[in-house]
Amino acid sequence: MSQSYDRGTVESFGRWLEFKPGMWAWILHKLTGWILVGYLFTHIAVLSTATGVDPAAAAAGNDIYTTTLQSLEELLIVRFLEIGLLTVAVFHILNGIRLLFVDLGLGLDRQDVSFYVSLIMTALITLASLPTFLGGVL
Amino acid sequence: MSTEIQQETETTEEQSPEQIREEVAEDLSEKRREQIQEDLESAEKTVQLKVFRYDPEIEGKEEPRFDSFTVPFHRGMTVLDALIYARDRYDSSLTFRHSCRQAVCGSDALFINGQQRLGCKTQMGDLEHPVRIEPLPHQDVVKDLVVDMQHFYDQMHAVEPYFDPDELPDGELEEQHQTPENREKVKLSTRCIWCGACMSSCNIAAGDNEYLGPAAINKAYRFAMDEREGSDRKQERLRIIEQEHGVWRCQTQFSCTEVCPKDIPLTEHIQALKRESIKNNLKFW
Repeated sequence: MSQSYDRGTVESFGRWLEFKPGMWAWILHKLTGWILVGYLFTHIAVLSTATGVDPAAAAAGNDIYTTTLQSLEELLIVRFLEIGLLTVAVFHILNGIRLLFVDLGLGLDRQDVSFYVSLIMTALITLASLPTFLGGVL
Repeated sequence: MSTEIQQETETTEEQSPEQIREEVAEDLSEKRREQIQEDLESAEKTVQLKVFRYDPEIEGKEEPRFDSFTVPFHRGMTVLDALIYARDRYDSSLTFRHSCRQAVCGSDALFINGQQRLGCKTQMGDLEHPVRIEPLPHQDVVKDLVVDMQHFYDQMHAVEPYFDPDELPDGELEEQHQTPENREKVKLSTRCIWCGACMSSCNIAAGDNEYLGPAAINKAYRFAMDEREGSDRKQERLRIIEQEHGVWRCQTQFSCTEVCPKDIPLTEHIQALKRESIKNNLKFW
């Protein structure tokens, strides 16, 4: 519907603050989905550099895969990225379950509550994972 | 109103029609000002309206703008009441649709404080002030708060929204009986008043002009779920709703359900039709 005049604030993106839970759930689901797709490709790209056998490392009892992962884990930024990845994946899974119920026609009048529940559970799981990830345990 | 004023104004032969008109306008605005002043002083509380104005046909008014009106508030005042006051007392060119004033005709769906609502069903007392009133988003504005509803009506008609049973009951005076359970199933969907609030709130409809939209799909639900129509008719109905721009466009953002002034669970009905469509096409061979 093309409009030849400026409707000003009516259709501007500045109105995102007025979004309702259902819309937020949709936006976050799309966003986390795209992040997971991006992660998948990065994941394959990084790990494909860690295949093959390095004779020197193998003789010392280490393979390239382990060395690569250990060197990655030494970087603090990677630990934070892992926490972010977990948050994104957990939310996507939980909201995905919520959407399954929506598709089945169950509890549609409580869809905002189930969105908040998935947010809270994501936060709790992320918090619980902090010691493990920040500790850099491989 | 113009005839009343003509009688009150003394005209002399020397005055040109323009002069008379100017005098009438001045007299009128003076009377109105006094009236408004009186109303505002006698009111316990006043409220501010910020109303979207746009008139492509008048020079100097083609640019959209917001006009402010101060309106005397009374308990139980709706947004429509306030608009009617503003039109009658401040600016008779302020244009908006309204008819029944009791949320039945669906004429006055407006974008009030950032949400699609019916003007006649929204209490001024429940809103944050100043109250910002705009025409429905994602629809072409004809003038001020009036939007072009043609596209919405086209989508509604696309689902063939009329009762069409395969066979008529025997006697001429026989009724088309419906089971109470079946009636209960379609009950909420029959409440639609064609106001267009859902279509305006829908993100998908905004991006896909061919999408049937929540209201039309709800209408399709009302008839597809009606057991008195035969299975052939139901097949035809399902064919309409499962096309590319039909039910599958819905991404369950729940915007339509949030804004529906008649509290129709629109998303629920769209989801039910999605399942119906799958059940219809599922084959075990």
